[in-house]
Amino acid sequence: MSAQCGPRWLSLHAVAVFAFLYLPIAILVLYSFNGQGVGGFPPRNLTLDWYRQLFSDDAIWTSVWNSLLVAVSAVAISLAFGIPAALALDRSSFSGKALFRRLVLLPLILPGIITGLSLLMLFREAGTRLSLITIILGHGTALISVATTEVFAGLQKLDRAQEEASLDLGANYWQTFWRITLPNLRLSIIGAALLIFTLSMDEIAVSFFLIGRDNTLPLEIWGRLRRGITPEINAISTIIFVFSLVAIIAWYRLRTRAEGQPDLAAELLEAAEGES
Amino acid sequence: MFSRAYRAAITLPPLLWVAVFLLMPYALLLCYSFWSVSDSQIINHSWDFRNYLELLRVNVYLQTLFRSMWIAARVTFFSLLLGYPLAYYVSFVAVKGKDLLYQLVIIPLWVSYLVRAYAWKTILGSDGVLNTLLQYAHVTQHPLDFLLYSPFAVVLTLTHIYTPFAFLPIYASLEHIPRNLIEASHDLGASPFQTFWRVILPLSIPGVLAGATLAFVLSLGDFLAPLLLGGPSGIMISNIVVSLFGAAYNWPLGAAISFCMMALVIALLFVSETLEKKWSFR
Repeated sequence: MSAQCGPRWLSLHAVAVFAFLYLPIAILVLYSFNGQGVGGFPPRNLTLDWYRQLFSDDAIWTSVWNSLLVAVSAVAISLAFGIPAALALDRSSFSGKALFRRLVLLPLILPGIITGLSLLMLFREAGTRLSLITIILGHGTALISVATTEVFAGLQKLDRAQEEASLDLGANYWQTFWRITLPNLRLSIIGAALLIFTLSMDEIAVSFFLIGRDNTLPLEIWGRLRRGITPEINAISTIIFVFSLVAIIAWYRLRTRAEGQPDLAAELLEAAEGES
Repeated sequence: MFSRAYRAAITLPPLLWVAVFLLMPYALLLCYSFWSVSDSQIINHSWDFRNYLELLRVNVYLQTLFRSMWIAARVTFFSLLLGYPLAYYVSFVAVKGKDLLYQLVIIPLWVSYLVRAYAWKTILGSDGVLNTLLQYAHVTQHPLDFLLYSPFAVVLTLTHIYTPFAFLPIYASLEHIPRNLIEASHDLGASPFQTFWRVILPLSIPGVLAGATLAFVLSLGDFLAPLLLGGPSGIMISNIVVSLFGAAYNWPLGAAISFCMMALVIALLFVSETLEKKWSFR
């Protein structure tokens, strides 16, 4: 390739954009250790007090627990319906297939509040009491497309001959699915699960409308932000950032080892754009 | 190779689920938008267009919609301004560190959106990091109060959040450009600028369209950044919907606004997709 020596301003621009992208995260982490609380320059009296306060704050930990419960259940629902949906898009023909494809993608691209309040209307008409279960149903439904997209991409790379061989050798569809199809889609499924989990942990627009008495973590943080700024939020955010960083690195290593350049986010965006 | 029963088993459950939890709620949204709410706060199931007429009649709705579109347009512009040269840099200049830089753009996406908006609030506030820094460095005597609670703060924060979304499709389209086209352009005597203008840019238009659509559509419906950082002058259309579903208690009117937003977004997606196909050389 003819590597053009890009003009210097391109490098400077890149540095500036990265600074812009990482500045808030750096500030967030830095001020979680600031004795004076959030704000004030320079930061001084470095302390772990906010972390100590955080660990004795039951409301936060209850909401973390609720969020984990919601995220895990949302992963289960989206996979349970998203994997068959991907199989159906790949190997079944039914009327309205194109419509179905677009419909499942809508929650990702529409403003989140629209999906949230539409579901709120459904639950109201059905007389369902709002609780974590309604949030789980909301997240699970809104994120089906993540599972479908990922698994569908995996199916495109799948060697159909293995399944044929399995069926020819007398295994039934169920056995073939569990022993051939699913193991081959392992990476796509793990990737989808990770992405759904993360999106659910951070989701706020749908939860905002479907919340009962129990808060998820983003809603708990949201409630506190409305009352004012507290450094405990920096502390919990820093902890979550470190956890997601570890998860991302683990995932990239797994994926890179298996098939080279990971492209999860790009695939999803392409799908959300409706290219098929 | 797949039997009918197998195909039914993989098709019906997701279809049913999506029909109940996605299609029905969206249909219900449309129904609600034709209903109304009585003085005693009971939903009145008679069908008419009064909510839509109300949207046209009362200035604040259209005004807020236009303000939201204007904010979203600025966010789109700045995201492209930041995202395109960065994508160009990562794809064509930083050949060796390409993968690492690509991941570095994606990592902020995994940090909670709410938390990043909150971080901007702590930076921009009147006793926030930026203002105290400026006073510390004796650049200003008094805190600059236009930084927070203004459309500026909303545009800044949303640009921060959606720049990676603009970057990704642009980067993908740049990566798909066959490198021998660029070599050919050089060999035929084009300057680097001519090569960019006549080869690279036209071939990356579909990516730009995709990135612009994502940035615009996602920022248009945002409701957290305006509530957190926008102040009264930064209110966006979703905030009105939220208040209609909360304290103002007029679900049908909120549903009508939501349905208009939904139609707008779907129309934009359609236009962008058509244009992308038109500009696609592959």
